[in-house]
Amino acid sequence: MNAGPPAADGERVGGEQRDPGRPAEAEGAPAQANPDGIPSRALSIGIAVGAYAVSFGAVSVAAGLDVLQTQALSALMFTGASQFAFVGVVAAGGGLVAAVLTAWLLGLRNGLYALHMATVLSPRGRPGKRVTGLRRLGAAQFTIDESTAMAMTYEPDAEASRRAFWATGWSVFLLWNLGTLVGALGAATLSDPTVLGLDAAIPAGFLALLWPRLVDRSAWALAVVSGVLALMLAPHLRPGVPVLAGAGIAVLGALWLTRGRAS
Amino acid sequence: MWPAVLAASFLAFVTKWIGYLLPEELLERPLIRRAAGMLPIGLLSALLSIQTFWSPDGFTIDARAAGVAVAVVALLLRAPFLVVVLSAAATAAVLRALGWA
Repeated sequence: MNAGPPAADGERVGGEQRDPGRPAEAEGAPAQANPDGIPSRALSIGIAVGAYAVSFGAVSVAAGLDVLQTQALSALMFTGASQFAFVGVVAAGGGLVAAVLTAWLLGLRNGLYALHMATVLSPRGRPGKRVTGLRRLGAAQFTIDESTAMAMTYEPDAEASRRAFWATGWSVFLLWNLGTLVGALGAATLSDPTVLGLDAAIPAGFLALLWPRLVDRSAWALAVVSGVLALMLAPHLRPGVPVLAGAGIAVLGALWLTRGRAS
Repeated sequence: MWPAVLAASFLAFVTKWIGYLLPEELLERPLIRRAAGMLPIGLLSALLSIQTFWSPDGFTIDARAAGVAVAVVALLLRAPFLVVVLSAAATAAVLRALGWA
């Protein structure tokens, strides 16, 4: 989901130390987490994320999706940054292919969380065994920033880690979808979304998602280059394509930095 | 719109599902670690600049930019996510209501 107040400072995204299976939220957690607190923490994360979902529901409808399509994104795609990106590209007239690609690229990090969670969620924590079957389908759908971060908070305790993952997954899934419905229905009653400044809410949402990731010079450099390049390309390319250039710059930057470290 | 909604949702799910099938050792590759951290930065920053400054008429500084500027202040004050988004929307709405943007 990549959303909400738990995204504390301290994530070392572009840095050497960063664990890609470790979302921003895990960093702010207490070192010795008490498993008794799992239900209430899961609920409070869900409430925070649900509030954010209200703004997603509203901007999605403002972007031109109907209430059902908006709800489908929250229930099926269920990863906030990608959902915001999808409707953002649609709102900018960027075309559906660019919207799908941008959303997918932003969701790639969930695949890396999955690499890690596969072992954490193994049956009774048996090393070498991995989660399978229906449980794996559910786990895949619930593998997002918040659930992964909560699971990692309790990691040394395998049982608590699994409970934290599922509790947070359910809490966020239910409240994210409820919030989306409230926002979408609310915005559907408006004739002109710009009256409420919803067009400004979209970039502010991207900014809030970007903010905790700007932790070192390479992250800032990448952000500035991607942002400026997208604006320079915008007059010459179809809407939506300049955003994808940001992904290209990121991969080039990663190649360059990895190469530099190896030598 | 529906095919795009469903295709994007399918890709998001399959990406996670494949993660459950691949070996965790992939996380140890430096390039994958780097790219995973940097991809969201490049994409979010490009989305931010386009959504803030681009309009069908070209480069524009309007109520959206004012809203994002207020959002920066809110983030510096460590405001929660919803407050950041609402402050930006409210700023743009008020500027337009006053006829200043």
